[in-house]
Amino acid sequence: MTISWDNPGTGGGREARVKGEANTNGDGAAPGPVTVDLRLSVNGRRHPITVDTRETLLDTLRERMDLTGTKKGCDHGQCGACTVLVGGRRVKSCLTLTVTVDDRDITTVEGLSADGVPHPLQAAFIENDALQCGYCTPGQLCSAVGMLAEVADGWPSAVTPGLDGEVDLSKLADEEIRERMSGNLCRCGAYPGIVAAIGQVAR
Amino acid sequence: MRPFAYERVSTARSAVAAAGEGTDAMYLGGGTNLVDLMRLGVVAPGTLVDVTRIAGGVEETPGGGLLIGAEVRNGDLAAHPLVRSRYPMLAEAVLSGASGQIRNMATVGGNLLQRTRCSYFQDVTKPCNKRDPGSGCPARAGDHRNLAIFGHSESCVATHPSDMAVALAALDAVVHVEGADGPRSVPMPGLHRLPGDRPDRDTVLGPGDLVTAVEVPPLPFAARSRYRKVRDRASFSFAVVSVAAALEVSGGVVRDCRIALGAVAHVPWRAEAAEAALRGAPATEERFGLAADAELARARPLPLNRFKVPLVRNVMIRVLADLVEVR
Amino acid sequence: MTTTGIRSVGGALDRVDALEKVTGRARYAYENSPRELVYAFPVQATVAKGEIVHVGVDAVLKQPGVIAAIWHGNAPRLAPSDDDELAVLQSRRVAYRGQYIAVVVAETPEDAREAAGMLRVEYAAEDHDVDMRPDHPRMYRPDHVNPNFQSDTQRGDPDAALTTAPVVVDHTYSTPAEHNNPMEPHATVALWDGDGLTLFDSTQGASALRSVIAPLFGMPPAQVRVIAPYIGGGFGSKIEVHPHVVLAALAAKQVGRPVKLAVTRQQMFAITGYRTPTVQRVRLGAETDGRLIAVTHDAFEQTSILVEFAEPTAIVTRMMYAAPHRRTTHRLVRLNVPTPTWMRAPGEAPGMFALESAMDELAIACGVDPVELRVRNEPAKDPDTGLPFSSRNLVACLREGARRFGWAGRDPEPGARRVGRTLLGTGVAASTYPTYRAPSSARVRAEPDGRFTVSIAAADIGTGARTVLTQIAADALDAPAGLVHVEVGDSALPWAVLAGGSMGTGSWGTAVVRACEALVAELGRRGGDVPPGGVEAAADTSQEVRGQAEFARHAFGAQFAEVGVDADTGETRVHRLLGVFAAGRIINPKTARSQFVGGMTMGLSMALMEESVMDREFGDYLNHDFAQYHVAAHADVRDIEAFWLEEEDPHLNPMGSKGIGEIGTVGTAAAVANAVHHATGVRIRDLPIRLDKLVR
Repeated sequence: MTISWDNPGTGGGREARVKGEANTNGDGAAPGPVTVDLRLSVNGRRHPITVDTRETLLDTLRERMDLTGTKKGCDHGQCGACTVLVGGRRVKSCLTLTVTVDDRDITTVEGLSADGVPHPLQAAFIENDALQCGYCTPGQLCSAVGMLAEVADGWPSAVTPGLDGEVDLSKLADEEIRERMSGNLCRCGAYPGIVAAIGQVAR
Repeated sequence: MRPFAYERVSTARSAVAAAGEGTDAMYLGGGTNLVDLMRLGVVAPGTLVDVTRIAGGVEETPGGGLLIGAEVRNGDLAAHPLVRSRYPMLAEAVLSGASGQIRNMATVGGNLLQRTRCSYFQDVTKPCNKRDPGSGCPARAGDHRNLAIFGHSESCVATHPSDMAVALAALDAVVHVEGADGPRSVPMPGLHRLPGDRPDRDTVLGPGDLVTAVEVPPLPFAARSRYRKVRDRASFSFAVVSVAAALEVSGGVVRDCRIALGAVAHVPWRAEAAEAALRGAPATEERFGLAADAELARARPLPLNRFKVPLVRNVMIRVLADLVEVR
Repeated sequence: MTTTGIRSVGGALDRVDALEKVTGRARYAYENSPRELVYAFPVQATVAKGEIVHVGVDAVLKQPGVIAAIWHGNAPRLAPSDDDELAVLQSRRVAYRGQYIAVVVAETPEDAREAAGMLRVEYAAEDHDVDMRPDHPRMYRPDHVNPNFQSDTQRGDPDAALTTAPVVVDHTYSTPAEHNNPMEPHATVALWDGDGLTLFDSTQGASALRSVIAPLFGMPPAQVRVIAPYIGGGFGSKIEVHPHVVLAALAAKQVGRPVKLAVTRQQMFAITGYRTPTVQRVRLGAETDGRLIAVTHDAFEQTSILVEFAEPTAIVTRMMYAAPHRRTTHRLVRLNVPTPTWMRAPGEAPGMFALESAMDELAIACGVDPVELRVRNEPAKDPDTGLPFSSRNLVACLREGARRFGWAGRDPEPGARRVGRTLLGTGVAASTYPTYRAPSSARVRAEPDGRFTVSIAAADIGTGARTVLTQIAADALDAPAGLVHVEVGDSALPWAVLAGGSMGTGSWGTAVVRACEALVAELGRRGGDVPPGGVEAAADTSQEVRGQAEFARHAFGAQFAEVGVDADTGETRVHRLLGVFAAGRIINPKTARSQFVGGMTMGLSMALMEESVMDREFGDYLNHDFAQYHVAAHADVRDIEAFWLEEEDPHLNPMGSKGIGEIGTVGTAAAVANAVHHATGVRIRDLPIRLDKLVR
């Protein structure tokens, strides 16, 4: 049994909600998965989909939508390979339950390039050899896009000198890039290339 | 993960009502800790009540303090101009925590209520009194390098992992809670509890209680404050120890101060003994050291974390000395 | 055929698969989803030694979506193997905590994982022993160390020489267990089609995997196909076939549907190998001017009950420096621990931490500059075999590195440099890695439109193999690289040695060159005419490689580190790391730089943070995730530079190249530790260099 509201609306109180309730079939067997119908907005397209409430956005993208560019490196939010943009902000899709983002715009690495033209960061990654095995790369790219947006919004980082100091995209120091990108591990050690590629695009 | 029902609400009242109706309900904020704990089997809620759509922001209070909605994301909090200018230690603490992605997800309420990262707590194949009361604490005889030196008990030596909470404890923040019986407030320190013989209880909150906001009272001298986090990796790692401090000095004498320590106890550890030793004392490194000693007299380090004693002392002196120099 | 006259080798060609990788189109093992697929989630033993007495499959089979629960009581029988790790679900015995003892197959990944967590297993647990220590009563001398070196060697009388040497350094160094942790966790998609098995797997060797898996299922290798075009790193952990591959194939056979199985990051700490912890005693006896008289290097390490994996920790000491009296030994103890495996520079990485730390201690003891000390001990020929070196430019690397780093005038006084609250220090260490080559085969096809396709079952695990083989083939064909397409990562392609031992380019490149030469000859015979069906040629280098002349073939390098140690906290950060390498001809400076820098980064990570902590009470590695097992993050890697010398060596392979994938990780930890000593006066002989060892 599936209970779903596919249009959560924006009103107040409990009336505006997405809800999935447990299925019970009364024969003593373990409770089955709870499923919810929703429309997921990914890379500018809305996809109707029924999801298990337990599904992470990462697994929905990879296992259900064949958007395998987003990678699973740890499944605990500790490596950054699964980074995608939700509402323009970078997040970890392995810790995001799909059912929580039905009303958000999601962008994955597949959505970074437009009309087959690589995003400037993608081009800079190639030019600077900012990748080796390539597995952390989509996460690094999505993280970099989100990070540059944060800088453009004036967000400080832990290494921004004096928190009242100006945060300026055109003067983004390598040290700032390194601190802000530290949520994305790369075991091959492509960090210097990644920092150079991001710096090249930012500045 | 056990299958669970999901409900999204947009007010605190409806959240509390939904939690009251759901089976084994838990509130879902950013999910950065809860979803992970569910995957690990550490917790298995039957219902998740998603509280991230409850409206809230950062507002000024009449006296010059701030009221921070529980659903404010950590990234937004640290970037807020008033947080940066009035309570730099709070912005620094938040920015030193986790990663950009995690900060964009994690909420203020969730950050306060995150669980310990003790290895044994997170591994359901091993005993842990916090996860499974009465099963034992292997950390005491096993690996506790990152665990508590203050206030631990025979049953638990876990630490609270939050950076933000350390700054809030130093700032005497007040946590606003909505419960089945209506709203109330809980001061910090006081929200988190020492383990005693009930390490399964991290805080004084009861079932169904929802953190709705955190109020930071005005503290003008906190405009010059600092959060120093010591860690094994240059970024994206939990504190080995941390110190949040604000200092008011005039005429070379400490008029007032706020000091809290992180990664040393089951709670964000307010260094009351150090504060008492400093008030009215000359603002010198020597006195800072004596204040640290006063605090560390209460420490009961374990074999693998004895190093935290000199570490806390050194960092406390350094942070306080830097705050004097900043003036 | 187009004649370009432009050589590709030596040019900074962009990585040929970079666009696939930056757009997310590159498809890794787990990203293949055959129709009707199901999901498998393994169950791990929760005791470190004992027997399984009961497995409660019935309750699990009632869980939603569950298709099968497989354990030794109902698993298909496998043919015997000489690798006991691969006898998956074949026995009641538990050899280590975390061993795979069952697998649950279900319709969704959520259902599989939830049900696997519910499987109740009862054990008759026995007392385990996971305590690696040099005085362990069961320490023994293995028959050989990996891959096939003598366990012990001796020249002269080192004990006597050490009693009379004017200067003696005698210290014990230790390195912890370290996990490879490639970013892509190991994963397998197994698909049976009739009697044949297809595996999409994250492997460093498609040909090798096929030849290991097929006999387990009683099949000839030709009935197994391994497809692995993209591999998200390996660093040695995807060389051996680990139990998950067998488990996926076995589960797919049992349920009659394709199975996807991903090893979780946490499971990797038990299942997919790691570098053994080591304890190493190094004794150096020298003249007062630093010239070595005697060297001994005794290594102690662990392996599992199931597999003898003997890390060749001390073998570098056999060839590194001249000393008339030398001894190296290796001792192993079999414990109830997960099976160790190859990890980037296996042997060399931990061994050179000890040797190069000891050399720094000797330099201080003799009052000789550490660069000069190494120069004074440069051997004229391989001290171990007596063979001439095909080329050895360690001294040139040290000199060039010293020049670039600004080493001249370094004050050797420890703890004498301070900026604010930061203590500064510099250190140096040598690097080396052997140059291996193994037989492989390749095929090249000329198309009528002027394009070429090179086929070889090589693996590009991020090394840039596709790219450099493209360049090598282009030159051998005298064609522009843009006309050459290289296909790798499929056991259906001509067989090739796996990606390991830094021998990929040398081995595969030789096969590619020979195939291209055969094609060029064939095209010559045809007067350059390519028929509509194309022209093919192939080569097999077995004879050539086995017949190569005897030389001591090694790459060398020198690494210089500058560190800052926080005087209050002991936090150590590497401000600067500079390496100069002599590794034959560099085929692609862009991808080569990434290899050197990547190796040095792993060395930095090894120096400062990597440590797998054994839980003695329960017998597993406790810190089994990326929050607890730290690897270097962006913020840790500030300024790393790699340079190389032009090195002509005619005794290697047609390209004149040496392997570069591992040497960057060798010596780095010693350079950092030596710099920490220079900064603080504290000698850290026990990796990693964490703040608790420095805070006072």
